[in-house]
This record gives sequence, structure tokens and C-alpha cells, in this order.
Amino acid sequence: MKYKDYYGILGVERNADADGIKKAYRKLAHKYHPDVSKDPAGEEKFKEVAEAYETLKNPEKRASYDQLGSHQPGQDFRPPPDWGNQFGDAQSSFDDIDLSDLLAGLAGGRHRAGRHGEKFPIPGQDYEVTAHITLEDAYCGTEVDLSLSVPEFDENGFMHRVPRTFKARIPKGATDGQRLRLPGKGGKGLNGGRDGDLYLNVALHPHTLFRVTGHDLYLDLPLAPWEAVLGALIEVPTLGGPVNVKVPAGAHAGQKLRLAKRGLPKPHSGAGDLFAIVQIAVPTVVSEREQALYKQLADGSTFNPRGHFQRER
Amino acid sequence: MNSERADVLWLDEHHEVSFLELAESSGLSEAELRELVDYGALVPTNLRSVQWTFSGDCVFAMRTACRLRNDFELDPHALALALKFIVRIRELEAQLRDLRAQLPHRSP
Repeated sequence: MKYKDYYGILGVERNADADGIKKAYRKLAHKYHPDVSKDPAGEEKFKEVAEAYETLKNPEKRASYDQLGSHQPGQDFRPPPDWGNQFGDAQSSFDDIDLSDLLAGLAGGRHRAGRHGEKFPIPGQDYEVTAHITLEDAYCGTEVDLSLSVPEFDENGFMHRVPRTFKARIPKGATDGQRLRLPGKGGKGLNGGRDGDLYLNVALHPHTLFRVTGHDLYLDLPLAPWEAVLGALIEVPTLGGPVNVKVPAGAHAGQKLRLAKRGLPKPHSGAGDLFAIVQIAVPTVVSEREQALYKQLADGSTFNPRGHFQRER
Repeated sequence: MNSERADVLWLDEHHEVSFLELAESSGLSEAELRELVDYGALVPTNLRSVQWTFSGDCVFAMRTACRLRNDFELDPHALALALKFIVRIRELEAQLRDLRAQLPHRSP
């Protein structure tokens, strides 16, 4: 079993009082709680902090933890024999038991597992995971491999983490932030309790061309100046394959061309739209002939794009 | 290692959950959920009905509420306030995402 320094994680002395421990926990919870913090590593850090507080806030668990002595974080150790006698079988193997699971068992979990005959239903634990998928996968639907580490109890009532893997079909229509539930795919229930659920949060990888908002997509559509002035038939990429779009004459930068139902499919019916946003692109390198043509255009045109400056004077 | 295959359910406004289902899936007690409805932080789809139902997306919101209650030791009043702020932040984030999507990403 690996040692975890709960006092160190909370940044308190081993003789800290309950108020000091609570204060340290709250400070760290504000910093790392996944519903509050923007720190990408916050969730993992908060798990450590919450685990430490869960033990140290409970006098019985804290006393049990203190009796394990002090070791280096991550160091393999075995609880002293008298500790095992007090809390369970001295013969039990602690090798693959997580310290937090062991301490959670002391607070009732192990007994609730049915070792001493108390048999009331305990629901399995729910889990939440994020599935990162591509925009193309969201468009077509996809299958993702999920792996969880779920608790199971051994014959002595000790909790062990076991890997559980399965494939989940994400139907087409999911978009960024979409939530899905996989009933019964969380931790196993005990004594007839229901199995826990697995909650999936869909997150889309950024796409090189399309930007997503809900089920709508946005795409930059660069046009040459003459295409914008004269209008053009342009091939535009969509998730379902390229389509030809008629750009009206006189298109201007920022104009949105709506391609109805060319966005992401919606879960129950219909689809979002694709908006192509016109940009006027100018060549950075021009030939002598092109330069002459532009000069000819400049000399012959009466167009003044800054006419409104003068009207404001 | 064997891989099982799992079916998924949408959790969105097209999928409704009962009051009991919401309590079971969120981890909040029925009394806590009722208080959140009283404070306006949770709105049933049929407020006047005897048997409340809720939009599927409330499940995630109430699971967040349960985490905040447990991790910050919030009472229902503080929890309702936090949830209302979270909803406002989510709405503003969605607006920001929508506006950002409309900004050109590449200079022509």
C-alpha cells in the first residue's frame, strides 16, 4: 500500500486542530474545485485535497491514519500488526488496497459490505468522465473506449479498485458540452442496491476549419476582390462533403452566408446551420500585369470606401 | 480484458426525469430539491402539477449542486445562490463562445 501524506497535501502540521484543517481545506477547495477553478489540473489536485480532508476531518479516521505513522509520500508500507487487529484481519493483504479505500472502510464501508451480516442495499457509485471526440465523429456518431477504476469488495469486506472497460456509442447529434447517461455502468451496487451510472460529458476537439456553437458551425470564406464584386460560384467544404455556393455580387467582409442544415445533426430531428463568413483576401504578391490592371481599376473607379468619413465632418 | 458495450441516454431538454429520479441521480434529498425549487434555482417543467418532472439537463446541474453542497458544506440557501450564479456564468460563456465563433480566425 502506498503512503499518502494527508497533512502535507492540506499544508498543515500533524498537530493541527479541526478548525485549522477545515480552513486549509476550504482554501484549497476554492483554488482547485473543478466547478470553480479553471486550472486544468485542478480536478486531480482537488481529489487529493478532498481525500485528505475526508480522513482528517473525522476524528476516528484521523486517529487510525495517525497510527500508521509517518512515511514518505508514495512509499510502500504495511500497517502495524496491532492496527490490523484493531480494524480487521491481521492476515489481510494490503498490497493492492488504496489507503483512502481502507480508511473509508473503517468508517463503515467494510461492515456495510455485509461482513457482519448487515444487509441493506447500497447503490453503486456514479462516475463522470469526459469523452473527447472530433467534429467529424460528432457529425457521424462514434464509439469511444472508456475505462474506469471501480470499487469491488473482497471476501474480507475490503475495497479494491478493479479496471472496467467498455465501448459506448455516442450517437450523431452530440455537440460540445452534451451530456449522456450510461445507466448501470458505474460501480456495482451491493446487497441488491442499484448499479451506479456513468455520466459522459462530450468535448469536441478544435477543428482547423469549422468553429462550433451549439449545432451551428462557422467557417471563414475568403474571396478574391473580383469574386466579391462580381459574385461567384464557390466550392465550400462541409462536414458532409463539399457543396457549391453562389456568392451574390457585391459581397462584403463579415457578411454571413447561411447554408441551411449543413451544421451538426440535432439529436432528435433536424440539423444546425453552417455559416460561411465572407472575408476579402488580397494577394500579397502581384505580377506586373496584375499591378497594371489594379492601377487601371483605381484610375477608372469612383468608389470611395471612406466616403462616410467626410459626411461625419 | 473484456470490453462491454453500453447504450447511452441523452440528458437534454427532450428527455424528462421524475422528481424521484432526479433525487436518486443527483444525490440530493427530496427536501433539498424542494427547497431549491422554492428558491427558484430548480424549475420543474410542470410547476403546478402534483408530480413534478424536470428537463434531463437538470440532472447534471443537480449533480453539480450535490458536489458543491458536499465539498463546500453549503446549506440549501447558499446552494441556490451558487447555482443561480453558475447558470448565469454558463449563459455568458455560451454567448461568448457564440460570438467568438463568428469572429474570423484567419487574416485574409
